[in-house]
Amino acid sequence: MAKQHDAEQSNPKEERVPRSYREGVLVKPYERLNQDQVKLLHEASLSILADPGVWCYNERAARLFKAHGARVWEEREKHATCWRVSFPPGLINEAIGQVPSRFILGARKWENRLLLDAEVPRAYFGSGSEANIWMEVEMEDFVSLRDGDMRVRVPRFMELRGSTALLSRAARLCDKLEHLDFFIRPLNIQDPEITPDTHDVNKFFASLNNTAKHVQAGLTKLESLNHVLRMAELIAGGAGALRKNPIISFIACVFKSPLQIVDDTAEKVFAIVEAGLPIVISSSPQGGSSAPIQEPGMVAQINAEILAGITLTQLIKGGAPVLYGSVPVRARLDDLHDLYGCPEFNNYNIDCVQLARFYKIPCYSTAGVGDAKVPGMQATFEKLLTHLYMAMSGAQYIHYAFGLLDRTNSFCPLQAVLDNEHIGKIKQCLREPKVEPTVIEDMLGTVKKVMGSPHRLYVRYVRKAVHGGDVSSPYMFEAKGLEDKVLENALDYMAKLEAAQAPYLNPGTREQIFKEVPGLLPGLRQGT
Amino acid sequence: MQKQEFLEKIAFNVIQGRVEAEDEGFDEGLEGQPAVIELVEEAIAQGVDPRSVVLEGMTKAMDVVGKKFEREEYLIPDMLASAECVGAAMDILSPHLVKAGAGTKGKFVIATVAGDLHEIGKNIVAIMLKGGGYEVIDLGADVPTDQIIEAVKEHQAGFLGLSALLTTTMRGMGEVIEELTKEGLRNRVKVLIGGAPTSAEFAKEIGADCHCKDAFEALDTLKGMAA
Repeated sequence: MAKQHDAEQSNPKEERVPRSYREGVLVKPYERLNQDQVKLLHEASLSILADPGVWCYNERAARLFKAHGARVWEEREKHATCWRVSFPPGLINEAIGQVPSRFILGARKWENRLLLDAEVPRAYFGSGSEANIWMEVEMEDFVSLRDGDMRVRVPRFMELRGSTALLSRAARLCDKLEHLDFFIRPLNIQDPEITPDTHDVNKFFASLNNTAKHVQAGLTKLESLNHVLRMAELIAGGAGALRKNPIISFIACVFKSPLQIVDDTAEKVFAIVEAGLPIVISSSPQGGSSAPIQEPGMVAQINAEILAGITLTQLIKGGAPVLYGSVPVRARLDDLHDLYGCPEFNNYNIDCVQLARFYKIPCYSTAGVGDAKVPGMQATFEKLLTHLYMAMSGAQYIHYAFGLLDRTNSFCPLQAVLDNEHIGKIKQCLREPKVEPTVIEDMLGTVKKVMGSPHRLYVRYVRKAVHGGDVSSPYMFEAKGLEDKVLENALDYMAKLEAAQAPYLNPGTREQIFKEVPGLLPGLRQGT
Repeated sequence: MQKQEFLEKIAFNVIQGRVEAEDEGFDEGLEGQPAVIELVEEAIAQGVDPRSVVLEGMTKAMDVVGKKFEREEYLIPDMLASAECVGAAMDILSPHLVKAGAGTKGKFVIATVAGDLHEIGKNIVAIMLKGGGYEVIDLGADVPTDQIIEAVKEHQAGFLGLSALLTTTMRGMGEVIEELTKEGLRNRVKVLIGGAPTSAEFAKEIGADCHCKDAFEALDTLKGMAA
């Protein structure tokens, strides 16, 4: 599909600074679907959007759709008015064509910016969810009942209620995790002093004051948007600077599956798009309950929902930077909760990545969630199963990837440290092969040299590969003996990371924010 | 270049693991600069005492390398690169050292026993021993017992290192020791064994002097034997 333009923000003053972005990993995408199947799913989504169409509970959105050629009719439901919308395919296709395929997500630290390009399969990994529980881990010694001299160290898990202090700690830790490319608040702040009116400003401030990476979150209350924007403008250096280096962006789950546009989220979409900041149009149907469990049905429906949401953004403002946000999950059949660490999850998600690529829209995708309640073998299996496959898919922006346990209900900092190690290995595994004429020539020279040496050993030439960044290290948390010390070693490493200097905002900016933005908790003045 | 400058540059390049000018070092950007071979040849040509090259240039440098390894700053390839530097320098210095009345730390015959083609571990030990100042006579892999005995005799070696990777070939080490005893050589040569399936118990069982789990333990063991 032809794109009308590129929305990469540029600033004549900043052009003098060499462009730099986080590296992520550029992959050769693994694709499940052939192009005929991609088109079939696209056609199926258009068919859903035409009939039965969507159930829109926001009048403003319904009017906008109608004004651009959708067939809209009103239906009275028991407690609300619903506008049924039937989209003509042309309206959807035209909107898709307006979405910029390439834009920047900014960051306080210039080199932490992300360059999202739908036509470049460069995968970035970040955190996600808004879990209620923070899971703390400590090691404790236990003595054998049989042999009093035998002691073992065992992890003990404690659940804490999410708070601004813990969200700040999460942001500080995530800032230090080398392979975490962006920060989505992983924890819901539930301090007694927090109200719905002050939730957003505290959430964003706790994040922005503690990490210099890109910060993204949903908006709890529409009325908070201006305060959040002002905060971000003060940090970025003004309203114009924020649009050129958008250090924050937003997630909007505008669809409640199946196929229903939520009233208040639609209003937030209007406000965020009009404010000129990047937005994720995200949908998360559950295969087996709010979407078909079969791959084609699930993917056709979630794609229809995302396309309708994206169409809304482009009708509000053509060329608005938007991410195709796919979070399709499957239902467990024993309790109908989400089931993340399973093959179907990968299949649904990879299909969505392919569709986003077909539309040339950067893809916000999902990996690294499981049913495991604590760090350990199950968590590692479930996370790696999706981390690896979704990285292979070439999704540009993979959220949920750090620290989540018990589906998306707990954030465990220790798990985030483990995920960092695993994702680092995946990034190294998937990067482009260095098979080039100069490298081959060099290699042939080395073979001759080694074969002419007395011991015919290549060990000495390992250093060249090490210097070139071609050689990975052994698993960071391994134990030397017949024991598993992964959690203990990872805890030690986490303590070192947490002891490092935090990237607090400079005191002047912080004070100005406290002066201009109401509702911030005094306890958040870290770094003073 | 003055003597002190030569010695410092040689030490620096040993630590960097640069045998010859085209080698890169531990640090980047050194390719093309004179390395150990070029510097040692030039030092000798300029009349620098070969003993001071060994003692002040290389021995001290290898101590630094050892400490870096202990601190996990260096890995095996870094150690080996430095040891190869010393080995290459010793090839140049040996005739001059003999003239000057100084020898090596001793002759060390090393081999992988008959029937076993695995020699990576043995090669690493050989490189490290040469870098440690021993004259190493490396017989290679799959070496018949009689050739090992012959080499010990011919070189009047004070040390013999035997290696095996296979449980089926490790018994060959016992045969070598039996032959040494029959030939009346056993008391004149210390036998060190190594290889994945071997152990201290096995060394004791076959009558070897010691078992070394790796090249570093071999060097430590030899220091103890010298003391």
